[in-house]
Parts: sequence; structure tokens; C-alpha cells
Amino acid sequence: MLEIFSYGFMQKAFITGIVIAVACSLLGVFLVLRRYALIGDGLAHISFGGVAAGMLFNFMPFASALFFTILGALGILKLKEKTLIHSDTAIAIISYSSLGAGIFIATAARGFNVDLLSYLFGSILAIQTSEVILSVALALIVIAVISLFYHDLFFLAFDEESAKTSGVKTGMLNSLLVVLTAITVVSSMKVAGLLLSSALIVLPAASALQYNASFKKTLVLSAVLSVSSVTAGLLVAYYFDYAVSGTIILINTGLFLISLLINRLRNGNAPRVA
Amino acid sequence: MEKENVIEMKGVCFGFGSAEVLSGITFSVDKGDFLGLIGPNGSGKTTLLKLILGLYPLKCGSIRLFGTDLSTFHEWSRIGYVPQKATNIDSIFPATVKEVVAMGLLSKKKFPKVINREDDEMIMKTLKTVGMDKLSNKRIGELSGGQQQRVFIARALISDPDILFLDEPTTGVDQKMQDSFYQLLGELNARGITIVLVSHDIGKITRYVTKIASLNRVLEFYGNHKDFCVYDPAHCHDEPDQHRLCLGRG
Repeated sequence: MLEIFSYGFMQKAFITGIVIAVACSLLGVFLVLRRYALIGDGLAHISFGGVAAGMLFNFMPFASALFFTILGALGILKLKEKTLIHSDTAIAIISYSSLGAGIFIATAARGFNVDLLSYLFGSILAIQTSEVILSVALALIVIAVISLFYHDLFFLAFDEESAKTSGVKTGMLNSLLVVLTAITVVSSMKVAGLLLSSALIVLPAASALQYNASFKKTLVLSAVLSVSSVTAGLLVAYYFDYAVSGTIILINTGLFLISLLINRLRNGNAPRVA
Repeated sequence: MEKENVIEMKGVCFGFGSAEVLSGITFSVDKGDFLGLIGPNGSGKTTLLKLILGLYPLKCGSIRLFGTDLSTFHEWSRIGYVPQKATNIDSIFPATVKEVVAMGLLSKKKFPKVINREDDEMIMKTLKTVGMDKLSNKRIGELSGGQQQRVFIARALISDPDILFLDEPTTGVDQKMQDSFYQLLGELNARGITIVLVSHDIGKITRYVTKIASLNRVLEFYGNHKDFCVYDPAHCHDEPDQHRLCLGRG
């Protein structure tokens, strides 16, 4: 049973997966409560354009994706701020433009479609040491920033207006939140793939919200559920030879349904939707 | 002795796009006042409150808080704010009563903000003031509208503010709770906290306030309770609130 941990590629997968699971799940609680659940999905589209551009210019796709995604995230905020466009429309405009650019580059350049697929669907078992270091470092930065700004982010998620009248710098925090999401999406693209990285942000948070706990306990629950899903997903994928990213997300879906059921049983028929 | 100006507004106007919502608003609030900002729905009460709190940008005129122009005002811990949507909070939000009240401490904290044991004691003390200490570990979404309102007052009070702004605080709160809520505000005002209360329920709040500003896109009336009774006898409660009589402020 323990032989799984003797392989270098599995050690890398567990370390990267667990640290990223914690970062995604913590950030996810703030995003879900702010009704920004799908921003991760939009930013993943932008990452795709960044990865394709990186491959075209023979530059590290990871770094290129990070640069483009942070730029795109700030672009979404600016577009919303400077025009009368709603935030979901701003996300759609920038993310689909990047996705279009990515597809255009991929088809025009030809030859790196197979590599591109590993970013779309994830390939944690084939992750390189440099990518492990970068992913883990980025995820740790996200966790550290959330810890440092915990109280302000909590106030912002609960009531932005009152937070502002308490001197909380809401504009800066909103920018910080989207930049953290951009970093998280990019750091998780090898674990879950760009198509599913947003699921790692949303699903554990949505499950944790079913337990009627305090905010701190909800964050801990979200992290525990997320780490459990990644660990179980890697084990199942290793022993049964399934695709890791899909297995992790399906386990998360299962955990959400169980959490929903537990909530139903504890609180009668009143459902809590996240 | 001259009273200290807490809020001073001169020629304030505001609009959304080309639609003007407020124009030519000039009045001031003194330290210790209990001001009722009244007017029908859509009269611009909440907009004016948000202008005072810096949540909307001024189109013209000026606002000074504690003698400082709003654009350079930073002493937010002197301000307590209970927003209109306080009783309409997201029921799934996973925040306990203690966690909500702790938010009120942030205006006094420096980065990195930490809530310590002393703060915990302060939270419990403030919750006791509003009679909510026994429900400190309950989730805010599990409380009644009146109880939630008390928690938001505790959040506003914990930074020891000099002025408390409340926007339609009794919306969705039953009659019995409304009375005890206004009584609590009277007590706070008697302790020296200046209060600005926004309400469309003109008849109800004139019983509790010491000054009234009646708004309908322009300032229609500004004065004390006695003058308001002459201006609008139909909405005037001649009987002063018994509790405030006991406190010698009726």
C-alpha cells in the first residue's frame, strides 16, 4: 500500500496537490460568498491564452500564463470600473477574447497541441520539479496573503459598504482578491487542468457552507474537504488508472452531495444553497 | 457654550447620471443630537447618508465630519454605521454573532490585524450592552430581525464611536422589538453618542428624536421637535418618549 509514496512522481503530485488544495479551498470560501464563484472559470480561459503565447514564443508557459492571467484579472476590474458593463460581462469579454487568442495561436503555430492539452486537462503525475516549486510557492503566497488580510477580506465578503465606512481599503482588497484568484488558477492548472481548476475553488467551499459553522470553521472544513478529495483522487487514479483531474472533481461533487444530505438531515427540508 | 459641529453640509447635491437626486442640502448636526432624517421613499435619505459616509462621490457642495473635509477624513473609528440591509443579510453567510461584532474593531487596528483576548472581552461587553451576550456563538442568519439589528448596533458601537448612523433600522422588525430598539437608541444618545436615524416612518421616530430634517430631494424642514410639530402636526407625536423623560432629555 505504501509503495505509492516511494515514487518520486507521486511524492511531487501529493505535495503539489495538497498545498494547492488548501489555497483553492480558502480562497473559494471568500469568492463563493461574494458571488464570484465563476471568476476562476473566466481567469482559466485567460490562462489558456497565456499558455499558448508562452509556447509560441518558447517562453515558460507557466510564467506566461501567470503574467497574462494577472493582467486579465486587473483588466476585468478596470473594464467594470471605467464602463457601465456588469462584472459578469466584463469577465466574459476578457476571458473569451483570451480564449480566442489561445485557440488562434494554437492552430496557427501547430505542433504544440499535445502539450497544450496537458494544461487543459491537467497532468499532475507528469509534473516537473520546477513546476512543483513554482506551484507550491504560489499557493503558499496565496495562503499567506489570505491569513494576513483575513479580517479585512471577511468584512469585505460580509458587507462591503460597512467595511468601507470602517476604513477598510475595499478597492485594494478587490484587486487583491482577483490577483490571488489569478495566481491560484495558474498554480492549480497542472493539478486539475485549466478546464477544471475553478472546480477546486468552488466545490470544497460550497460543501463546507452546508455545515452551518462559523466563518473560521467553514474555512477549515473547506480545506479539509479539498485536501481529502485531492488525496483520495490521487490514490484512486493511481490504483485504478483513471484520469486524476476528473477523479478529484468527481470526488468533490460526491462530497458536496453528502454535505447537502447531512445538512438536509440536520435541518429538515430547508436547503442551503451556496 | 457653542456646540461642536459633528456634521456640516453646505450646498450638497448629487445625481445618478443626469437625474438629480439631491440639491442644495445645507444643515449641520451638533454633538449630542438625535437627528431623524425623514422623508418619503425615493426622497434621497439613504443617498444623503451615503454621501456623508463617503460611499458616493459629491457632485457639488461640501461635507465636513468633525471639522475635517470628507475627502481627507480618516478617523473612521469615530463613525458607527448600521446599513439599511442589516436585517436582510444573506442567511447562508457563515458568521457568528461574535465574528460580526469583531468586524467593528477593524477601524482601530493596524496591519496585520489580529483579534486578541482583550478584544474578545470587549466584544462580550458590547454584546451585553445590547442584550445579545447569551447568543454570541449563534450564527447571525439564525437570529430574528430585531436580534440581528442589535448585533449590528454592537458592531457599530464597539469602536466607541462619537456618532452612530442608522439607515431604516427597524425594517422587518416587529412592533415590540421596535419599541425596545428605540429605547436602546435613547439610552445611547443619553450617554453622549450623536445619532442620525434615517426613516420613512415619520410618525414613529418623531417621538424619539431631538431634531428633524425632512427631505424630499431638497431640504424641506430642519429644526427641533417642537418646531416640527408646528410645521407638520399630522406627523408629530406630542407625547415625548417616557424613557427619555426619565433620562431628562425629553
